[in-house]
Amino acid sequence: MTAVEEIAARIPDGACVALPPDYSMPAMAVVRLLVLQKRKNLRLLGVPVLGMCADLLIGAGCVAEVETSAVSLGEAGLAPRFTEAVEKSEIRVRDATCPAIHTALQATEKGVPFMPLRGVIGSDLVRERGDWVVVENPMKKMGSDPILLVPAISPDVALFHARWADEAGNVWIGRRRELATIAHAARATYVTFEEMRAGDMLEDELLAPGVVSAVYVTAIARAPHGAWPLGIAGVYDIDDAHLAHYAKAARTREGFQRYLDEFVCTPEKNSSPASSPA
Amino acid sequence: MYAREELLACVIARLIGDARHVAVGAASPIPATGAVLLKQKNPGLRLSFLHKRKGNPFTEGSRELFDLAGQGRIDVFFLGGAQIDGEASINLVQAEGRRFPGSFGSAFMYPVVKKVILFREEHSRRTLVPRVEFVSARGDPAALLTGKALFSWQKAKRRFRLQSVHEAGDVRGDTGFDYDAPGEVPLTPRPSAEDLSLLRGPVAQAIAADYADFAKRVWRIN
Repeated sequence: MTAVEEIAARIPDGACVALPPDYSMPAMAVVRLLVLQKRKNLRLLGVPVLGMCADLLIGAGCVAEVETSAVSLGEAGLAPRFTEAVEKSEIRVRDATCPAIHTALQATEKGVPFMPLRGVIGSDLVRERGDWVVVENPMKKMGSDPILLVPAISPDVALFHARWADEAGNVWIGRRRELATIAHAARATYVTFEEMRAGDMLEDELLAPGVVSAVYVTAIARAPHGAWPLGIAGVYDIDDAHLAHYAKAARTREGFQRYLDEFVCTPEKNSSPASSPA
Repeated sequence: MYAREELLACVIARLIGDARHVAVGAASPIPATGAVLLKQKNPGLRLSFLHKRKGNPFTEGSRELFDLAGQGRIDVFFLGGAQIDGEASINLVQAEGRRFPGSFGSAFMYPVVKKVILFREEHSRRTLVPRVEFVSARGDPAALLTGKALFSWQKAKRRFRLQSVHEAGDVRGDTGFDYDAPGEVPLTPRPSAEDLSLLRGPVAQAIAADYADFAKRVWRIN
């Protein structure tokens, strides 16, 4: 097992990093370390959308490009650092739509160069995305049936948090199967986790369906409250008050910097305190 | 007396009609309220709420909704937009130099789901425009519901038709695109006493679990 600091250190400048949405267990402890270590030119892939996790990295200047279907703080509103960075052309956005990202990762899971996807034709996304191709359905016997093909995506790194890891190196993500997809598709998968379990979860019939097998996992590190201020369903909820505080603070560059000073650059405050209501 | 949100939820429930499976995306408390209201009267209606923190309906991650929709297993879905135009295209990406979150699943859902209801509470020339700056998605909606009016969609003409207004007022002046309208524009039907009592009872309780701020604002419950 590695330390959280080592996980962060293994994600190099310029890496394409696949990240889950805020509701799907982002490895926030590692994200804060990437900010502290001043990582540069990251290319983030939102699977299929991004939130505070990406906004922190963008605001801290760690990101060159984002491929995603959206970046938002959900009920807390727009992602302020993403919004400003795009409006000032400080980062490049490759806009997508949710199922196109899932489909492109599934192509990599299967080892095929592309996959077809219904819908999307008629959207300006098709025009903007030079790497997406519309073809005639070759299986159709008669008539026209145009269909979109999206190329396989292979992220350099998949990064997420899990509820459990075990002695065999497996991690448990439960129903958050998009995490399994990115683990299957990425060249390296780094996972932080809440708690260590003895034994091998693949030998437990009830736990096994929620497991990402060690085959796909490059390194794990224990990070209690590692998703905070985001949550893990059934363990601790998203810290809505903190997210609202962040959304407000990050509206200006100065406010964002104060937020970093308080919650990212101060070691004792950058994880949820044990006495937290979570 | 009733809140505008309650009136809109009643319209949503009528628009859903006899569908079997309704999916509601994130940050959509009014469509969710309409769907939960309809379920009170039609318990067989299946609701899949993406935003549910507890008891989320999916076990295959966030792609399952799209796989279901691609197979035709979702009858109704709701879409909005920073801009909506007279050809029913929606823009969730950028307008007037401002960046918005992004297209989410709209580019896929709009053409594949049978009944798409466009919903945008703000009804202004800023949101309802002649032509969107970026087409996130286009398709044939069942209707466009705003905080002021209900429009139906004329598929052959690719043009909206004003069905009703929620209050007397200058809808055309507040709408950036051109549309057809009857000589006499009816008022949107008021919520019935039965609907209001359902909304303020079981519906409010159910909605408060996922939309605490909304429930507090509309029904003053926590």
